[in-house]
Amino acid sequence: MISSIFSRFGYGGVCNLPAESHSTALSCNNLYHRYPGNQADVLQNVSLEVQPGERVALVGPNGAGKSTLLKLILGIEKLERGNIVVYGHPATQCLHRVAIVPQRSTVDWNFPVTVRQVVMMGRFVHLGWFKRPGKIDHEAVDSAMETMEITNLADRQVGELSGGQQQRVMLARTLAHDADLMLLDEPLNHVDIKTQELIFHTLEKITVQDKKAVIVSTHDLGVLTVHFSRAIFLDKKIIADGTPKDVLTPDTIAKAYGFEFHKDYQPWNS
Amino acid sequence: MEFIIEPLQYGFILRGLIGGLFTAAACATLSAFVVWRGMSFMGDALAHSVLPGIVVAYILGISLLWGALGAASFVVIGIGLISSKGNLREDTAIGVVFTGFFALGILMLSRVATFSDLSHILFGNILGVSTQDLIMMAVVTVIVIAGTFLSFKEIVTASFDPAHSTAIGLSPALVRYIVLIMLALTTVVAIQTVGVVLVLALLVTPGASASLVSRRLPSIIGLSLLLAGLATIIGFYVSFYIDLSSGPSIVLALTAEFLICILIRKIKLKNVKKPI
Repeated sequence: MISSIFSRFGYGGVCNLPAESHSTALSCNNLYHRYPGNQADVLQNVSLEVQPGERVALVGPNGAGKSTLLKLILGIEKLERGNIVVYGHPATQCLHRVAIVPQRSTVDWNFPVTVRQVVMMGRFVHLGWFKRPGKIDHEAVDSAMETMEITNLADRQVGELSGGQQQRVMLARTLAHDADLMLLDEPLNHVDIKTQELIFHTLEKITVQDKKAVIVSTHDLGVLTVHFSRAIFLDKKIIADGTPKDVLTPDTIAKAYGFEFHKDYQPWNS
Repeated sequence: MEFIIEPLQYGFILRGLIGGLFTAAACATLSAFVVWRGMSFMGDALAHSVLPGIVVAYILGISLLWGALGAASFVVIGIGLISSKGNLREDTAIGVVFTGFFALGILMLSRVATFSDLSHILFGNILGVSTQDLIMMAVVTVIVIAGTFLSFKEIVTASFDPAHSTAIGLSPALVRYIVLIMLALTTVVAIQTVGVVLVLALLVTPGASASLVSRRLPSIIGLSLLLAGLATIIGFYVSFYIDLSSGPSIVLALTAEFLICILIRKIKLKNVKKPI
């Protein structure tokens, strides 16, 4: 059928790769990446494992390769060296299990779509070409909108919303996707405190209750100790990896950001 | 009543009107995407650069539509190849390919055709629609409407958020080519009614007008269909009774609708209470 020809990209194909029990959510081995035309690698020998239930912050300065790493996991950037395994299977074969909240700048916010339509996009990976959303899909969308407290905005245009509301819509979309590994690329930029708390509350719930794995890229050091179970400092290579308290030392910060941090000031101890 | 029916008693006039309405339907269906995906330059380029194909078809004595279709495929692939290598932006690639093809077309045309042929190709000749053209227009219109309906959620997803689209395995490039193929088909049949120079009006203006009045994609498309159909009918009768060229008449009707939509929007905004 035509739909199977179109689906060879993975879109809408049935995911018949069940998670192997107790398998690692994400395993990256010896990743290298270089953008065409560049002289240096943006990722150098990056290896990491994330277990189900972990809430990982990916921290580093601009240009450290945080987005690149997330894009490689999703197959948005082509993997050149190394390998990535998601729940026991090659990453690009497990599209149903991974979802992303992309950086704000990659989305065309002016495109005329309603909040409900955007959240429904999270279900399309299960539908594929030519199939219309059914009852299960509508229920998933309703419940995701309720969780993110945007039910009252359902029929509004996304372009009319505030930055915080838009971010909630994107998170609702990944909830509707029902992925087991969620990647959030700088979700805290331009977001109000209330939305930030709602995002963290939701992430905590899905990692603790549903044992999903979450990776959040951020350059906001202040949120690490409170909201994450683990922090990975990245600046082309992995500089530090561990609980936020262990990792968040003046030394690692200096290494990652290339400046001397004020050593007497330790906000997490005050 | 007689005023409306009288012209339609002649076969070629009836064919012209039906052909015009088919074209309007195909253009209007895509218009919302041309406007919101920012593809108007591409549409304009396609329309102009099919000229050499039309001339070749003219020399070979086959339907001009086939020639136009062949040239359109070359142009789409050419632009895709030049810009996908990453060295040049797409609008640059469009600019280079489009002007080159159009210039080639003009030179070829000046060798083989008369001035009246040239003006028909540049500005359209709705009354020259043959039965064969009409069949092709109908086929294209059905393809475009069915294609848009069937891949609606894919086009919307890839347009709104290409990263998400890639992540769920829906290639934005594939979606782009689907839209481009439909755009090329539409442009090719629209040349017959409004001509190379004015095709862009049918592709952009209905969607732009509708977007002033509504922000929902399905109603934008519905309204575009209505506006394009109406403008085609108005332009058609004006050109029949006042003996004006059909292409520009249709385009001016579209422009008038656009101005009315601006007015409606102004009135609407005035009546909406500002949120506190």
